[in-house]
Amino acid sequence: MSLEGVSGRKRLGLIVNPIAGMGGAVGLKGTDGGEILMRAISMGAIPRSPLRVREAMKEMTDRSGRLEILTCPGDMGATESIRAGFRTEVLPVGSGSLTTAEDTMEAARRMERAGVDLILFAGGDGTARDISGVVGTRLPVLGIPSGVKIHSPVFGRNPSMAGRLADLYLFGSGVGLEEREVMDIDEDAFRGGSLKAGLYGYLLVPFERRFLQGGKSGGARTEAVELDGIVQEIASRLLPGDLYLVGPGSTTGALMRHLGCEFSLLGVDAMRGGRIEGADLSEEEILEMIIPGRTWLLLSVIGGQGFILGRGNLQISPRVLRAIGRNRIIIAATPSKLKALYGKALLVDTGDEDLDRDLCGYVRVITGLGEETLFRVER
Amino acid sequence: MTGLLRPFHQMRWNEPIIYQLGRKGQRGILVPEAEPEISEVAGDGLSSIPEKVRRSDLPNLPEMAQPHVVRHFNHLSHENLGADSNIDIGQGTCTMKHSPKINETFARSPKVTDLHPYQDQSTVQGVLEVIYRTGELFKEISGLDCCSIQPGGGSHGALAMACMVRAWHRDRGEDAQRDEVITTLFSHPADAAVPKAKGYKVIILPPDEEGLPDLEAYRNAVSERTAAIFFTNPEDTGIFNPRILEFTELAHRHGALCCYDQANANGLLGIARAREAGFDMSFFNLHKTFSSPHGCGGPATGLVMVDKKLEEFLPVPVVKYDEIMGRYFLDFSLPKTCGKVKAFFGVVPVVLRAYAWIMSLGAEGLEEASRTAILNNNYFMKKMLQVRGCSMSYPKHPARIEQVRYSWEELKEDTGFGTADVQRRIADFGTHYWGSHEPFVIPEPFTIEPSESYSKDDLDEYLEIMEQISRECYEEPDIIRHAPHNSTVHHIDHDYFDDPEKWAITWREYNSKYEGYFKRK
Repeated sequence: MSLEGVSGRKRLGLIVNPIAGMGGAVGLKGTDGGEILMRAISMGAIPRSPLRVREAMKEMTDRSGRLEILTCPGDMGATESIRAGFRTEVLPVGSGSLTTAEDTMEAARRMERAGVDLILFAGGDGTARDISGVVGTRLPVLGIPSGVKIHSPVFGRNPSMAGRLADLYLFGSGVGLEEREVMDIDEDAFRGGSLKAGLYGYLLVPFERRFLQGGKSGGARTEAVELDGIVQEIASRLLPGDLYLVGPGSTTGALMRHLGCEFSLLGVDAMRGGRIEGADLSEEEILEMIIPGRTWLLLSVIGGQGFILGRGNLQISPRVLRAIGRNRIIIAATPSKLKALYGKALLVDTGDEDLDRDLCGYVRVITGLGEETLFRVER
Repeated sequence: MTGLLRPFHQMRWNEPIIYQLGRKGQRGILVPEAEPEISEVAGDGLSSIPEKVRRSDLPNLPEMAQPHVVRHFNHLSHENLGADSNIDIGQGTCTMKHSPKINETFARSPKVTDLHPYQDQSTVQGVLEVIYRTGELFKEISGLDCCSIQPGGGSHGALAMACMVRAWHRDRGEDAQRDEVITTLFSHPADAAVPKAKGYKVIILPPDEEGLPDLEAYRNAVSERTAAIFFTNPEDTGIFNPRILEFTELAHRHGALCCYDQANANGLLGIARAREAGFDMSFFNLHKTFSSPHGCGGPATGLVMVDKKLEEFLPVPVVKYDEIMGRYFLDFSLPKTCGKVKAFFGVVPVVLRAYAWIMSLGAEGLEEASRTAILNNNYFMKKMLQVRGCSMSYPKHPARIEQVRYSWEELKEDTGFGTADVQRRIADFGTHYWGSHEPFVIPEPFTIEPSESYSKDDLDEYLEIMEQISRECYEEPDIIRHAPHNSTVHHIDHDYFDDPEKWAITWREYNSKYEGYFKRK
């Protein structure tokens, strides 16, 4: 960080989804869509985002006026920002009370244009999805958890920790940035009792480096360096004539980037000899391409809970997995992504119990150049 | 337990780098001109050096008067922190202990400092005897049979083991087949790094719920491709793996070698040995457990012990004793040697200090040192876990040997302050602590290793500092937020540590990266 960065002014974009979380309080498993919202209100739900934002803002200090907040009118941010005493610029977006996905997206768009240093948002997976659709990984974004669904690892652990992390990112040091998955579940399906989580994109999220420089630690590997090692390792194992089905994720995406292949971050692609043979394939398309014994599947860990199958990669169906065979699945993930999973198992949920049982046991996960870590797989 | 906190303030000299201090023409020592009679015979001392190897410009050294040099280094020592100036239990895994000063007298004696490794062996019988006898002592300590003192540090000891693993399997014609080495997540990171440097693929075993290496995972990992296992035990969590024999036996059944990282053996002396745990070789850091100072990154010694079957694979030379001739000698004739891992035969002053330390304690003394270290650690742990916001990693396995990796996760959740904040504040009390090295999986970690050197009063004083800081986190957050107050460096920009482009550990490098020194030329 430059000296200018330490002493200079910072602009924070604040997006509050005031209706986020309202469905949860009355057992509706999410608040996406106007009709559900009306049902929630009629069932007595009250907005909880403003309180969550207040908690987070308590952890932020204005540093003698060095922090300026760009936000939306009323409950979409301005009320809490002004209440906390920050210099506040209000963007002309939304009505200030009930909000729509379009309002969130428009706010994010304007904030990016205004060159904010960080977008802090209060909401859930739906809000994260809306923002990631607009700003991608071009600027840092951090969530204050206030929605019903918090599957994406883009939120602070609680509102206070989100506020403190934002403050530390803007004015402190020791905070890094990581690409993290934006996951969301299909609310209709969820209300119907089944959980189908999809991978909808990535956000660039600040995280506190949980280590210290000690006398002998001498610098730590960043995730980018870890990723580089993993890519080199996989690349050294590729057989030129075989077909590789590349699952979604930033780890597998890094390999494709290394090979110079166009790839779909959220879909399943096919690659042979370093050349792309199919992008964002459906289950049927995948099945057509599989040559038994000559086809490999490349997977990474999706989301914070440790799923390798069944979350964000449903195209890789039980039929696909049976056709490829367990021994031709390559799993790779960075130690940074795995740090919360040591001592726990990786998870599969293909929708086929027998297959899930077959996939259980121990697998070797590529965690670096010339390095594999054993993980237990459970269903 | 109150009243142990002492008012402290760190000294600050704003001391420049010595290169910035010199003044052209200043001298620390004025060497008298040679008399004409001498010049006549010896020449001017320069022209006898062939022109091709004679440098044309003077080396870039600071030019300083003697009092300035002395003052400079005294200032630096005031700005330093170490085992001689604080209750040094916060640098867990490093086994900080008191180094008896008498041992420095031995190491600084001209009988040692004037030795040269090219001297004829008949003129260095004394130091060869010290090395040989040290090896004999380590036969008892490890239960293994043969010794090399050649490696110049802990990771270097691990490297020597990896070199022997290669040589062993090559000799048996299995080198190509055996391309994997197994280690554990909480073994020292060098146990993974070193086999990689030797071209092995490394398989890492995760901990189970108790923090022990997952035995089921191990059964899945070990195979005919396994060249060796590299294990630390107890691991950096302070947890001892009581089923270690099952691991080594299974490795042997698959034809693999078992390599033990005993860099830190401070909880095991006279209690548990590499031999009984089934290991074929082991290294020991003489600069940790055996009291030689760490020397701020060396030179040190990672003494290696091996089973008899591996003797001929040791690095050369090995110090041996010829009973018939009654003399010690350097044996270079190991036909299957893994080669040299370092020039000459080892770092003599480090070995000498360790030898003196072991001899002064004797077998009972070594065991008592370990038992005291374990007692200290468990006393400290019991008290530390009563400090608000503190917990231990893997509480399902509460038994710890000589150190504990703790966590401030609860403190972080309650107050927003984590281990980095505690570390900033602890500098105000004239001491320090350290978090953890890889793997960074314990949230908000810190690692305390109260070796046998520290008294109960020392531990109580350190505990009171920890209690005070915890109390401040909960009740007086501003004190923590603005800490340190009594130290001199307030906030360190970690980006510099993370970016190799910004590192400068020599003056030449600093000039190159920050002053464009080489570009300017």
